[in-house]
Amino acid sequence: MEGVRREPSILHLDLDAFFAAVEQRDKPSLRGRPVVVGGTGGRGVVSTASYEARAFGARSAMPTAEARRLCPPGTAFLGGRFAAYRRTSEVVMGLLRELSPLVEPVSIDEAYVDLAAGDHDLSVPGVTALAAELKARIAVATGGVTGSVGIGTSKAVAKIGSELDKPDGLTVVRPGEELAVLHPLPVRALGGVGPATAERLAQIGVKTIGDLHRLSLVDLTSLVGQAHGAGLHRLARADDDRPVVTDREAKSVSAEETFARDLTDPARLATEIEALATRVGSRLQRSGTSGRTVTLKVRRYDFSTLTRSQTLAHAVDDPRQIAEVAHRLLGAVDRSGGLRLLGVGVSGLSPYAQGDLFAEPAEAVEPVEVVEPAELPADPAPGPAVVAWYPGQDVVHPDLGSGWVWGSGLNRVTVRFEGPRTTPGPVRTLAADDPDLQPADPPDWTP
Amino acid sequence: MKFRVAREVLAEAVAWTARSLPPRPSVPVLAGILLEVEGGQLAVSGFDYEVSARSEVDVQSTEAGRALVPGRLLAEITRALPPHPVDVVAEGARLAISCGNAKFSLPTLPVEDYPSLPSMPSTAGVVDSDAFAEAVGQVAVAAGRDDTLPMLTGVRLEIEDDLVTLAATDRYRLAVREFAWRPETPGLSAAVLVPARTLADAAKTLTSGPEVVLSLASGGSGEGILGMSGKDRRTTTRLLDAEFVKYRAIMPSESSSFATLPVGLFTDAAKRVALVAERGTPLRCEFTPGQVTLRAGGTDDEGQAEERCDVEFDGEPLTIGFNPTFLLDGLAAVHTDRARMDFTTALKPAVLSGVDEPSADDEDSGRPAERAGSYRYLIMPVRLPG
Repeated sequence: MEGVRREPSILHLDLDAFFAAVEQRDKPSLRGRPVVVGGTGGRGVVSTASYEARAFGARSAMPTAEARRLCPPGTAFLGGRFAAYRRTSEVVMGLLRELSPLVEPVSIDEAYVDLAAGDHDLSVPGVTALAAELKARIAVATGGVTGSVGIGTSKAVAKIGSELDKPDGLTVVRPGEELAVLHPLPVRALGGVGPATAERLAQIGVKTIGDLHRLSLVDLTSLVGQAHGAGLHRLARADDDRPVVTDREAKSVSAEETFARDLTDPARLATEIEALATRVGSRLQRSGTSGRTVTLKVRRYDFSTLTRSQTLAHAVDDPRQIAEVAHRLLGAVDRSGGLRLLGVGVSGLSPYAQGDLFAEPAEAVEPVEVVEPAELPADPAPGPAVVAWYPGQDVVHPDLGSGWVWGSGLNRVTVRFEGPRTTPGPVRTLAADDPDLQPADPPDWTP
Repeated sequence: MKFRVAREVLAEAVAWTARSLPPRPSVPVLAGILLEVEGGQLAVSGFDYEVSARSEVDVQSTEAGRALVPGRLLAEITRALPPHPVDVVAEGARLAISCGNAKFSLPTLPVEDYPSLPSMPSTAGVVDSDAFAEAVGQVAVAAGRDDTLPMLTGVRLEIEDDLVTLAATDRYRLAVREFAWRPETPGLSAAVLVPARTLADAAKTLTSGPEVVLSLASGGSGEGILGMSGKDRRTTTRLLDAEFVKYRAIMPSESSSFATLPVGLFTDAAKRVALVAERGTPLRCEFTPGQVTLRAGGTDDEGQAEERCDVEFDGEPLTIGFNPTFLLDGLAAVHTDRARMDFTTALKPAVLSGVDEPSADDEDSGRPAERAGSYRYLIMPVRLPG
């Protein structure tokens, strides 16, 4: 195990049911109740289920329709509020960066920290105290979001440690005890072992990481392939010297939309492209980057999925130029049977953007000031393709105050007027086109 | 058909016509060059329904007639012939070419299948051939090459009485140039969009005579075409059927600072520094009073370069980034020893224009110069990070 650290200096943080936790923070009436965040349309998929909803069997990546069957009446099914999640995530990542300059965010709710790069007591009691304090600070700063922490001598061990005691857990795997911790666990606990690999291993009686450890490298590679086998062989020995890498740069910026019904109408598709290009363009502009390759993703009625891309002479961040290319790419795709998903992405990112003489001066020529984590109020997806109100959406009413959309339909919208700093609030039903009711930014949770 | 002609004369006429042959003809006959002899005149023509070219030369002919021969092959052969008189004879379905000891026999194409060239539209006016070539060259450089946006592959040609304005843009730069001409009818007003590559090629090769006659057929029946005739050569091109951008609206009406650059020195410096600018990365120009510092490259795994160049500049210091090719194209097109560059901000278009020499004294205020050499080249900057 050359290269593996002697001290438990790698920390892995995984926020607990993150999207659902943010919803429960911002919507006091949902605290302690099952909450499912994800696509709420006919074909939506669950992003996150709160622990209350998991008790009924709801899981992420499950079709929302299935979660609806499993969960009791009164379960909140909410569309995502990514602006709110991102804000909360940034607060957490900020706290991690106070621990060490080496922070590697894996996703919006997960990160590795190299504690050796900070000035810390790396003994087991030392890192245990540090993690306990970190968890407490996260809970205060996020208004009650919890996370599970694993600490170990490698990334793999730290990640497994954070899984052992979820939610709100804290596990420090002592140096030298890695194998004792790993071996009783099912192989699925290792990163890179999905259902297919697990199935194949189960056929030869390999169920735990300990079983895997006893397998020879030759047997393993003959079963799952050379590269994968070699990786698993090392992981089963806790032999993982991957460093914590900061500044994982975005390789692309993209947005996609799944439709409630397959789309064929060219005008409607064009509108969708515009909306997606606007989302991508404004995200590029906010991050001060632009890209040369525009990619269109299309999923047809029969689930066949294809991507088409075009590389331009210059990097672009202007929504209209992105849309222009995407329109062209869509024109070359057979869409006769209808499309269930459209996506637009920009890759080949660069910090330089060739300006466009025809761009609207206010939009693309001036860089968008990043004052606060300013989000488009209507993310996900502005534009006519989106129902005006979606469940969970933040709204504001001049007389009734701030609140969120519980449901809408039949030209009515039901809103619960409450916020992270209020007690559970009253529910009101308004006309869906009530001019007083407006979409709002995510609420501020800080007391 | 039977004629004798000087090798140089034939080679030049065929080469010029062959330029406009389509690289991938939609029908085989369009790959041909049509030779027509009548009364001591040989006409060498090509046409692909977009562009037609016809060159006329004097020959000694003993028999009139016409033949359609593979164009590229004919061009290659005539270019390679030894320096002797050339005898060309149509013999049934073949064309015999003999020159000195060299003899060729070419298959011909069915001349009856060849489309007739469009007739020259009515004359619109006359322009000095060198002035026309210069103006077109200066403007066409800014036209786009991406066929997916036809509007951007054209040069806008606007006629307003005795003034012609040319404009082209690929959306990153815009070049505009005005010049005087003699319209056929006073008060003529027209605006058309001409394929940039064809226009540039024609203007450059119609300079053997003093003047070029422009003729226009637009709107009404049939598609619009532009005809250009110089000495012994005339060409027509189909016009682009697209709206041009309202480019006057994006011409800055004022500037906050300007620099006067020695074009040669500045160009050399920019070319050197640009050597390390990898694709898509800009040339940074840091203007401070009396000088500009050019930089490119920067990160650890790229090369870096820096060069200072003395310029006249006395505004607020300004750092602006340009695509090196766009900047160099503009510098090469101003055709004066010194160029003026007007700035608004580092994110707004910079305007390059020529400076008249000798400049007696400086009467400039803060606005872009309005001079006889009316060339303007707008470059949209590259946004620099940070």
